[in-house]
Amino acid sequence: MEKIFDRPHSLSDVVLSYCPGCTHGVVHRLIAEVVDEMGLEGKTIGIAPVGCSVTAYNFFEFDMQEAAHGRAPAVATGIKRVHPDNLVFTYQGDGDLAAIGTAETIHSAARAENITIIFINNTIYGMTGGQMAPTSLVNQVTQTTPYGRKVENQGYPVHVSEMMATIKGACYVERVSVDSIPNIKKTKAAIRKAFECQLAGKGFSLVEILSTCPTNWGMTPVEALDRIRTEMMPEFPLGVYKDCTDEGGVR
Amino acid sequence: MGNKVLMKGNEALAEAAMRCGCRFFFGYPITPQTELAAYMAKKMQKNGGTFLQAESEIAAINMVYGASGAGARVMTSSSSPGISLKQEGISYIAGADLPCLIVNIVRGGPGLGGIQPAQSDYFQATKGGGHGDYHLLVFAPSSVQELADLTSLAFDKADEYRMPAMIMGDGMLGQMMEPVEFKEYVDLKDLPEKPWATTGTQMKRKKNIINSLYLTPEELEELCVKRQERYNKIMETEALYEEIQTEDADLIIVAYGTLARIAMSAVSEARSQGLKVGLIRPITLWPFPAKVFEKRAETSKAFLSVEMSMGQMVEDVKLSVNGKRPVYFYGRTGGMVPQQSAILAEIKKYIKNM
Amino acid sequence: MFEQMIIAGFGGQGVLFVGKTLAYLGMDIGKNLSWLPSYGPEMRGGTCNCSVIISDDKIGSPIITNPDTLIVMNKPSLEKFVDAVKSGGLIVLDSSLIDSKVQRDDVTVKYIPAMEIAENHGNSQLGNMVMAGAYIKAREPIFSIDDLYESVKAHIPPAKMQLAEKNIELIKAGYEYN
Repeated sequence: MEKIFDRPHSLSDVVLSYCPGCTHGVVHRLIAEVVDEMGLEGKTIGIAPVGCSVTAYNFFEFDMQEAAHGRAPAVATGIKRVHPDNLVFTYQGDGDLAAIGTAETIHSAARAENITIIFINNTIYGMTGGQMAPTSLVNQVTQTTPYGRKVENQGYPVHVSEMMATIKGACYVERVSVDSIPNIKKTKAAIRKAFECQLAGKGFSLVEILSTCPTNWGMTPVEALDRIRTEMMPEFPLGVYKDCTDEGGVR
Repeated sequence: MGNKVLMKGNEALAEAAMRCGCRFFFGYPITPQTELAAYMAKKMQKNGGTFLQAESEIAAINMVYGASGAGARVMTSSSSPGISLKQEGISYIAGADLPCLIVNIVRGGPGLGGIQPAQSDYFQATKGGGHGDYHLLVFAPSSVQELADLTSLAFDKADEYRMPAMIMGDGMLGQMMEPVEFKEYVDLKDLPEKPWATTGTQMKRKKNIINSLYLTPEELEELCVKRQERYNKIMETEALYEEIQTEDADLIIVAYGTLARIAMSAVSEARSQGLKVGLIRPITLWPFPAKVFEKRAETSKAFLSVEMSMGQMVEDVKLSVNGKRPVYFYGRTGGMVPQQSAILAEIKKYIKNM
Repeated sequence: MFEQMIIAGFGGQGVLFVGKTLAYLGMDIGKNLSWLPSYGPEMRGGTCNCSVIISDDKIGSPIITNPDTLIVMNKPSLEKFVDAVKSGGLIVLDSSLIDSKVQRDDVTVKYIPAMEIAENHGNSQLGNMVMAGAYIKAREPIFSIDDLYESVKAHIPPAKMQLAEKNIELIKAGYEYN
């Protein structure tokens, strides 16, 4: 019998540590598929964050470094400066990227650092048990906003793609989602485009991916996917926020 | 007289680092180490390397982590408050067994403190300024020539033991000019191989992972025990010190870095007055040269630790002397440098009762 | 030889540079030496000094408490260091910038209108070099003026050689001043 669906080679043959219904696994697979299709496994160096994907280095077959909380873009900078011809990407959640690591995120983009950031936005801190994230929605109930995120107390969610698009050194910024098959396909295309942007030396790229956290949202996986569409997308509209790839990049 | 050049300590350190194969520097401006970064900025590009002014000390040390994990000889430099900011990264670097060089041109503290010379970061450097069971190799040069020599040694030892090394200087040493003779530039091909580095697998080997996370306590303990075995070996074999006129000394002064030179002048003056005084100058602060103290506790009557702090190294002197002899302390802090005459007065205070 | 000197004046007078020039001289004649500047948060203005030690033996403390020589180019610096100079020591003083006399009879004082001499040579910036020449004159024979000329030439990039010649001209003027 012909095998028509298989694990990508650069995705390790191990059981992922993520909760049932979590979309981290989907994004991992998309990255591995793109790396395989582009023939990049041997020259890829990934950086894992602190958060649920802290052990992402166990899930890929290429070289990985584990970074301190929020520092992945700085670590990526160090690696990329040593190995400018390798594919270097970080994988970061919203707490890691948009709270503790905001400075590193902004400045790696401002330097037009030739790296790619895969940004998982699920509006919550997963690993520590469901606290408010910088991207948590107004009125969202979390462990640390038990009465909902209130503007007068915790202010507003951070719009990462919109913010990053204002930075001159950013070449390609797109917000996608993994809530549906068509959107998963678009996510894969965005990851591929970001990697191509980097390999062509065009500068910084960031793909923001709206994702789920059924466990900490207190939802079934299906309800969680629905929340992306009904609650997250109105606040975080999908789309390309910046694209200078056709103009030869920003470097 | 060789190829001596007159150079500031900060610049000599930068030059020595490039000559021994460092091609990556990540830093953030802070007084009084600025000449070091400025020199790097000017010369690194010409040497085909990378100088990058990061957005913060925190980013800089994590760039060091990335570049070291990617197999490069890499360094950062800062001064006390900036080194405090780097501690998280230093702990991760130690936890991931990565070699690198961190330079601390120490200034007065705590807090923003001042910018004048101090040695009040001794505890931070030698006892682990970040979290966890770890050590840095800590070198304390006392002249511009030694600064250059120890820079090269620090890189070599960091690679050999896969751990971070630190050079501890102060603004006096950084700003001071003295003649210095450099080694030739090493060929980067002659640097030690790093098969553990993340360079891309090239599909020729299993993946390499740079990491300090071990969620299974048994595994983490085992790693810490193994690292400690390495530390024990280092404590046994890598301690460096200089002894001056200690053989017949009743009182032995203990001082490191530039302060040791002032202490040396005080010792010479005391000797010229017939006082039996000697000097032990630790060159490595970790590993602390404990054995020489065990030995000299047999022959001398007392020790006097002289520091630009409120009393930090004195604890290691006490531990090493282990109660066999009294250990006294004299220090100035906040950027004040003990004067030769003040050290001499301390010497006389203790030696008259012997 | 064990010569400890403090060179002091306002920032911008080339105080550190005279120190460096004399430090190079020490290096070129095969002595040990150290050069230590005072440093602070200000970039310009204010008083400024450096300590230079030239010695046959290894140098201990680079900090000078009691200098053998004080080369001084403004009044606040004279007031700060005059009492520290060793008995029997030397003070070289720019008399065009300092109008007072040294009230000590146990030191040799050399008054030289360095700034004025430099102006007469068309370069008021180079009073510091005049001071260096006057210092060498006072310290002969432990230093030789020809060694200083050689040293100045040796440490200036070829492209700036006319600067070396200007420096030497002013050093000479200081050396020959009586």
